[in-house]
Amino acid sequence: MIQIDNLCKRFGKNEVLRNLDLTIEPKGIVAILGPNGSGKTTLIKSILGMVIPNQGTITISGENIRNKWKYLRDIEYLPQIANFPNNLKVRELIRMIKDLHQQPSKEEKLIALFGLEPFLDKKLSTLSGGTKQKVNIVMTFMFDGPLIILDEPTTGLDPAALIQLKQLIQEEKSNGKTILVTSHIMQFVEEVADEVVYLLEGKIYFKGSIDQLKKMTNQTNVEHAIAAIASENVHA
Amino acid sequence: MQSKHKLTFILLFVILSFANAKTIQVCADCEVNTIKKGIALAADFDTLLIKKGTYNEFNIRVNKPLTIIGENYPIIDGKDQGEIITVVSDNVTIDGLFIINVGTSYTEDYAAIRVVKSKNFLIQNVVLEKLFFGIYLEKSSYGRVYHNKIIGDAVEEFNSGNGIQLWYSKHIEVEQNIVQHVRDGIYLEFSDDILIKNNSSTNNVRYGLHFMFSNNDIYENNVFENNGSGVAVMFSKEIVMRNNTFRKNWGSASFGMLLKEINDAEITGNTFEENTVGISIEGSNRIKYLNNNFLNNGWALKVRGACYGNTFSANNFLHNSFDVSYNSKLNDNIFKGNYWSKYTGYDLDKDGTGDVPYRPVKLFSYIVNRTPETIVLLRSLFMDIIDFSEKVSPVFTPDKLLDATPLMKQIQ
Amino acid sequence: MLKILKYSFYDLIRSRWSYVYFLFYLALGFVLLFLNNDVSKAVITLMNVIIVLVPLIGTIFGVMYYYNSREFTELLLAQPIRRTSIFLGQYFGVAGSLALSLVLGLGIPFVIYGLFRSDAIFDFTLLLVTGAFLTLIFTALSFNIALSNENKIKGFGYAVLLWLFMAVIYDGLFLMSLIVFEEYPLDTFSLIATMLNPIDLSRTLILLKLDISALLGYTGAVFKDFFGTNKGLFISLIMLVLWTVIPVWRLVSKAKAKDF
Repeated sequence: MIQIDNLCKRFGKNEVLRNLDLTIEPKGIVAILGPNGSGKTTLIKSILGMVIPNQGTITISGENIRNKWKYLRDIEYLPQIANFPNNLKVRELIRMIKDLHQQPSKEEKLIALFGLEPFLDKKLSTLSGGTKQKVNIVMTFMFDGPLIILDEPTTGLDPAALIQLKQLIQEEKSNGKTILVTSHIMQFVEEVADEVVYLLEGKIYFKGSIDQLKKMTNQTNVEHAIAAIASENVHA
Repeated sequence: MQSKHKLTFILLFVILSFANAKTIQVCADCEVNTIKKGIALAADFDTLLIKKGTYNEFNIRVNKPLTIIGENYPIIDGKDQGEIITVVSDNVTIDGLFIINVGTSYTEDYAAIRVVKSKNFLIQNVVLEKLFFGIYLEKSSYGRVYHNKIIGDAVEEFNSGNGIQLWYSKHIEVEQNIVQHVRDGIYLEFSDDILIKNNSSTNNVRYGLHFMFSNNDIYENNVFENNGSGVAVMFSKEIVMRNNTFRKNWGSASFGMLLKEINDAEITGNTFEENTVGISIEGSNRIKYLNNNFLNNGWALKVRGACYGNTFSANNFLHNSFDVSYNSKLNDNIFKGNYWSKYTGYDLDKDGTGDVPYRPVKLFSYIVNRTPETIVLLRSLFMDIIDFSEKVSPVFTPDKLLDATPLMKQIQ
Repeated sequence: MLKILKYSFYDLIRSRWSYVYFLFYLALGFVLLFLNNDVSKAVITLMNVIIVLVPLIGTIFGVMYYYNSREFTELLLAQPIRRTSIFLGQYFGVAGSLALSLVLGLGIPFVIYGLFRSDAIFDFTLLLVTGAFLTLIFTALSFNIALSNENKIKGFGYAVLLWLFMAVIYDGLFLMSLIVFEEYPLDTFSLIATMLNPIDLSRTLILLKLDISALLGYTGAVFKDFFGTNKGLFISLIMLVLWTVIPVWRLVSKAKAKDF
C-alpha cells in the first residue's frame, strides 16, 4: 500500500526523519508510535504531501506522490488539531468538503451516530473542542477511500464517542481498508492496532505486532513496553 | 472721451455718405476688377463694394477715407509677397474681407492689415489666415478692431508674428476677436488707454496677450486658453484686469498671467484654471487681487523677488497643488478673507471665518523650488508629515505669511 | 481554485471585519460627500486615504487571515486539491473581498450623490482601480511575509514594517537622496524610484489626473515625456500589474515548496 524509501526531512538544522524506510501492507490497522518529536506527524504529513521531503520517495499504490495531488482522493485524513474556518456552519463545512472531493459520501449516518444534528446550523466557532473533533471525525469517515490516516483521533472525545470511534475503525477495517493511526493513549492503541511502528529520532526503531513488542521488552503491558524502549534508549 | 469721438465719427460718416458718396463695385468681370484700381478711382468717403471672388493683390494702399466692404467674403490672396493692406488715411473702414498668404520676412513685419498714423478707423468682420502679422496698428488712435478672426499657423516664435499688434497707439477698442495659432495673440507696446474686451486668444505660441510699457489699459471678459504662457503684463502701470479666464497654460515656464514690474493694478473677478502657475508675480507693487478664482493650478500664486503692498482678499483657492510659493522669507503682502480648499480649521464662533489662521506657503513648495524633481513626491504621506511640522513651527517659510481670517465657505 | 476562492470569499464576506471595512468606506464616502458638497475635494481626500489606508489594511488583513486560517489550510492540504489552487484561492478570496468592500463602500455613496453626472467620474474610477490594485499588491506581499514566517508576532511585525517603509520611510529616503544629489540630473532616477514602490506608483497615477498642471512645471525632458503624454499612465498601469503578478508568482512558488 505505502512504500517509503530512504526518506529524509530536515527543518533547519533539526533532522526529523533520517533515511527512513517503511512498507505498510494493505489492510489492517497500523499504529505509529514514538515520543514527542520523534517524527510521527512529519511522517504522516509527508505521506499526505503537506511536508516536502528533502530526500527519498514515497509510493502509494505504486505511484510516486511527489508533486501529485489526485492520490489524496484515496486518503481520508483526520488532522490533530481540528480548527475550521470560524464563520462557517457545520452543515456548510461538510457541504464544502463534499464539494471539494466530488465523491460519494455517507455523512448522514455519521452525523446521526455522533448526535451532531443539533449543531448542524451552528457556527464552528461556537462549538466545544469535543464537538469539533466529532465533526472532524465525520468529515474523515464520510468518504470511502482505501487509506485512512488518523492523527490523535481520541483528543477531546467523551467515552461514548470514543466507543463509537473504535467501532467505526473496526468497521472500516473489516471493509478491507488500511488505517494509519497515531496516539499517545496506549490502551487505545492496544485495542485497535494490528501492527505497531515505533519511531525514534527519525528512524524506525521497531516494527511488528503488539505481542512481538511485549516479548521484545519483556513487559506485559504496552504502556510499559513503550516506556521501556524509551528509557533503554536514554541509557544507551 | 473715447465714445464721444466715436459718435462724432459715425455721425460725420453717415452724413457724408448720404450726401455725396458713391459706391464702386469691384469684381472679376467688372470694369473695376482689382481693389487697387477701385481705390484709385474712388473719391473721399466713397464705398468700395468687393464682390465674391479671389483677388491676387498685395501692397494695397488705402490713402483716402474709404469704406471697403466685402460681399460674401471675397478672398484677397497676397501670394506671400508682402504686406496686403496698408491704411494711411483717417476714417477708413474695412469690413468683411478674407485675407490670406501674407509674406513672411525676417527684416520687415508684414501685416495683413496695417494702419499707420491714422485716426477713426474701423476694422471688422475680417478673416485672416496664413499670416505673418495680422492687424498692425502703428501710431494710430481712436479706432476699433471688432469681431475679426485671425487663424495663424505659427510653430516657432522666431518666424511668426502677432495676431493684433498695437504700437504707440492710443484710445483703441479691441473687441470680440478670435485669435489663434500666432505668436502673441494680442500685443501692446507703448499703447495707453486701450480697451480689450470679449476676445478669445487661444493656442498661441507665446502669449495670449502681451503688454509692454503700456499704461492705463483695461482688459476684461477675455478668454486665454492653451497658450505658450497665458498673459504677460510687463513694465506697465494702472492696468485693470477684470473677469478674464486663463486656462490650461501648461509648461515649464508657463503661467496664466505674468506680472513683471507692474504697479497699482487691479485684478478682479478673473478665473485661473489648470495652469502650471496661475499668476507669476515679480517686482510688482500695490496690486489688489479681489474675487478671483484659482482652480486646479499647479501653483496658484508664485511670488518672486520684491513685491510690496499687495492685497489678496476674497479669492477662492480651490484644489491647487500649491496655493502660494515664495522664494524668500520676507513678506509685505496681505492675505485676508480668502477661501482655501485646503483649510482644515474650524469655526466655533460661527462668524464664517476660521478660528485658526491658514498658512498658504507649504514647506514642500520651498523644497520643490530648490529641487524640482521632488515634485514626484507631491501628496505623499511623508510630505504631509513634513508640511505639518512646518505648519506648527515655521522654519523655512515666511512665518508672518498667513490668512488670519480664512473663509469657511467658497465665495460664489 | 475557484472553489477555494468561493469558500474563502464566502467566509470573509461574512466575517465581521469585512463589514467593518465596508462600513468604514461607506461612512467615509457619505461624510466626505454630504459634508463637503464637492466631489473634486472628496476625491482628493479619498486619494490620501486610499494610498495610506488601503495598503495598511491589505497588509494587516492578509497576514491576519493567513495566520488565522492555518488549520483550515492544513485541512485543505489533505483534500484532493492542487496546492497552488489553495493558496491562490485564499489570496484572491481575501484580496477580492477587500477590494469589493472598497469599491462598493466608496462607490455607493458616490453613485447616490450623482457621480455619473459629475465630471470627476474618471478621476474617481482611477482612484478605485488604484485602490483595488493596492489591495491586490499588499495582500500578496503580506501573504508572502506570512508564508515565510511561522511566528505570528514576527509576521505581523514585518508586515507593519513593510507598510511603514513603503508609505513613509521610502519617501523620506527618496527625498533625501534627491536633495543630496540635486546637482545631478535626477528625473530618470526619480521616475524609476517612483516605479519601485507601489504606493508611490499609485500616487503618481492619481497625480497625473489631479496635478498635471504642477507636474508639467518641471523642465526635464524625461518628465515631460512621461507626464505630458499617455506614456505615464500606461507605464504606471503596467508597473502596477507587475507589482501584482510578481508577489503572486512568488507566493505560488513559495507555497509549493513549503512544509505544513
